[in-house]
Amino acid sequence: MTAGLLGIEGLGRPEIEAILERSRYFQSPGRYDTLRHRLIVNLFFEASTRTRTSFEIAAKRLGADTVSITASSSSVSKGESLVDTLNTLVAMKPQAIVMRHSASGAPHFLARHLSTPIVNAGDGTHEHPTQALLDALTIFDRRGSLENLRVAIIGDIAHSRVARSNVHLLSRFGASIVLCGPPALLPRELEQLAPGVELTNDMNEAIRDADVVMMLRVQLERQHEVPMAAGEYFRFYGLRLEHMALAKPDAIVMHPGPINRGRELSSEVADSQRSVILNQVENGIAVRMAVLEKVVA
Amino acid sequence: MNLLIRGGRVIDPAQGRDEIADIAIVHGHIAARAAPNSPEFDATGLVVAPGFIDMHVHLREPGFEHAETIETGARAAAAGGFTTICCMPNTKPVNDSATVTSYIVERARKHAVVNVFPIGAITKGSEGVELSTIASMKEAGIVAISDDGRPVMNARVMRRAMETARALDLTVINHCEDLHLSAGGDMHEGIESVRLGLRGIPSASEDVMVARDILLAELTGARYHVAHISARHSVAMVAFAKSKGLRVTAETTPHHFALTDKELGRYDSNYKMKPPLRCGIDVEAVIEGIKSGAIDAIATDHAPHAGSEKMQEFESCPFGILGLETALGLSFDCLVHAGHISINRLIELFTSGPAGVLRLNRGTLREGAPGDVTILDPELSWTYDVNQSASKSRNSPFHGRAFRGASVATIVGGKVVPIRPEAAKY
Repeated sequence: MTAGLLGIEGLGRPEIEAILERSRYFQSPGRYDTLRHRLIVNLFFEASTRTRTSFEIAAKRLGADTVSITASSSSVSKGESLVDTLNTLVAMKPQAIVMRHSASGAPHFLARHLSTPIVNAGDGTHEHPTQALLDALTIFDRRGSLENLRVAIIGDIAHSRVARSNVHLLSRFGASIVLCGPPALLPRELEQLAPGVELTNDMNEAIRDADVVMMLRVQLERQHEVPMAAGEYFRFYGLRLEHMALAKPDAIVMHPGPINRGRELSSEVADSQRSVILNQVENGIAVRMAVLEKVVA
Repeated sequence: MNLLIRGGRVIDPAQGRDEIADIAIVHGHIAARAAPNSPEFDATGLVVAPGFIDMHVHLREPGFEHAETIETGARAAAAGGFTTICCMPNTKPVNDSATVTSYIVERARKHAVVNVFPIGAITKGSEGVELSTIASMKEAGIVAISDDGRPVMNARVMRRAMETARALDLTVINHCEDLHLSAGGDMHEGIESVRLGLRGIPSASEDVMVARDILLAELTGARYHVAHISARHSVAMVAFAKSKGLRVTAETTPHHFALTDKELGRYDSNYKMKPPLRCGIDVEAVIEGIKSGAIDAIATDHAPHAGSEKMQEFESCPFGILGLETALGLSFDCLVHAGHISINRLIELFTSGPAGVLRLNRGTLREGAPGDVTILDPELSWTYDVNQSASKSRNSPFHGRAFRGASVATIVGGKVVPIRPEAAKY
């Protein structure tokens, strides 16, 4: 398999630290030409605004040429198989393919058949490695270390690739992780996903003494049944300002976006001083620059 | 055909026989004495067993001949040491009528190098609503009924099917899967499915239907058989049903005792099948069931799929893998050489076991039985090359795997089936 970036689970702590270190360098705005004359294809089989834009900006800041393709405009709608689509693109000799797909494992499947490195920009309900890296960078910006931090991840855990990647990363760095959601969205096996993971269906318990509260979007498009009415969901699993009194005084609120105000968090929380949601977006570019540079250069 | 098989170790579990002896076949049947001038087969140093029976295969004909035909499936069976195979009705059209049954029987008579017995659908189109014309299909040659792959969800329909089957002396085979519990699932539900972000098929989806069917078997007195059992509670329930004297039997597949759900980490669709590869404790329970007798037979669930169908995103790929050519190698390795069972028990699971489930007059070397014989070399080392497979398809997770133990000759009705020299063993 070529050295792309398929997930956090396969990365060791030193590799993650190296990416984060390089990301810090890219946090100060600037233009670079390390990837000049290199071609990066962004191939998005699922709707995405922030991730695709973020990858595009990252590539451009490194001087690379980028082409972005979305599934609706591609030959996928003409019945071409995923492998054939990728083979066609590979024949155009890009140095990397950034890929998002609704099927878990789609990039892993392709990586076994292609020689071009693949950067996973989210595969189904499996992993979203650059999101976990930018989340880690954002937490590091506020705290010197992840060691012994209490991180509450709340919402639709079952369908969340963000949660899985974050669990793998945070666990590597010694954080304790509380996963919280309604029973149908919180499979009991998650406890075995990595060391330091605990589960609860009680949001207050999850937030108590938390250093980081990470809210997840309710992924209606991936749910095949309605686990809970929307109003009921917000009442029991929506983050409101009063919840934050339970957390550590300097706790931060994170969200991978896009946020649904009034569904998983209130406007007051989203716009509060605690919220680092826009810092996450900003750090996304730095992290993706570091990843693209590592994969391509 | 006449044949004299000389000097082999004859193991016939149906008779409790295990001795060095000659086996004679006269006019296609086992005989006490060889006919004069019979051709001879030197089996010195080899094991001579009744012809192996695979009671669960998919031959894809009619309707899906791009993936397999009766002819190619039968060749794969012979290459794997099987003299008899029973094909499931999920063809196109579904084998739910005497017409389709007769077609399969006729095609097999003309083109198959081994015995092929069709299994008829329980319901029309295997849609689970209305019983198919079971009696007519029996006249045309079916040996059991099953809606394999599309289990009968309606308990009342299943009850009527069992009543009908009982009157016709047929076994009802069910692919046990509660479709509401398994809906959308791609692999066994557990830590591995959670880790990989794939939707799960809980063991409970198998267990609840096994439980229901055992109760219905008691209600109706039918002969009932659990196909490809994979979950530990299901194994326990079958053992319980047997202890109560019910006519309940079960088969498992080689992949369900050889592999676990940990194999799915690379999203390789050659590990995608139904029931899914379960976790370690289920595999242990299946092996225990094989040892204890809760499980009566090993069947392959040979399920060919064209390459393009398996070269997709994992969730889009169809379920099922090839099985005929690797069943013996896996059974020797994982059961006999691993020390779980004797070679005698292994042979039972492939001969008198399935013959008993289906009440076939086969699976033994008793005088007068059909002259079907499988010759085994328990020590032969070989490696599976799926690209040399006699099957039309290539969807096996065992390509490149080294085995110890294989069949070396397949004899059907006294005739040694020629297996292509470039066959999948090297």
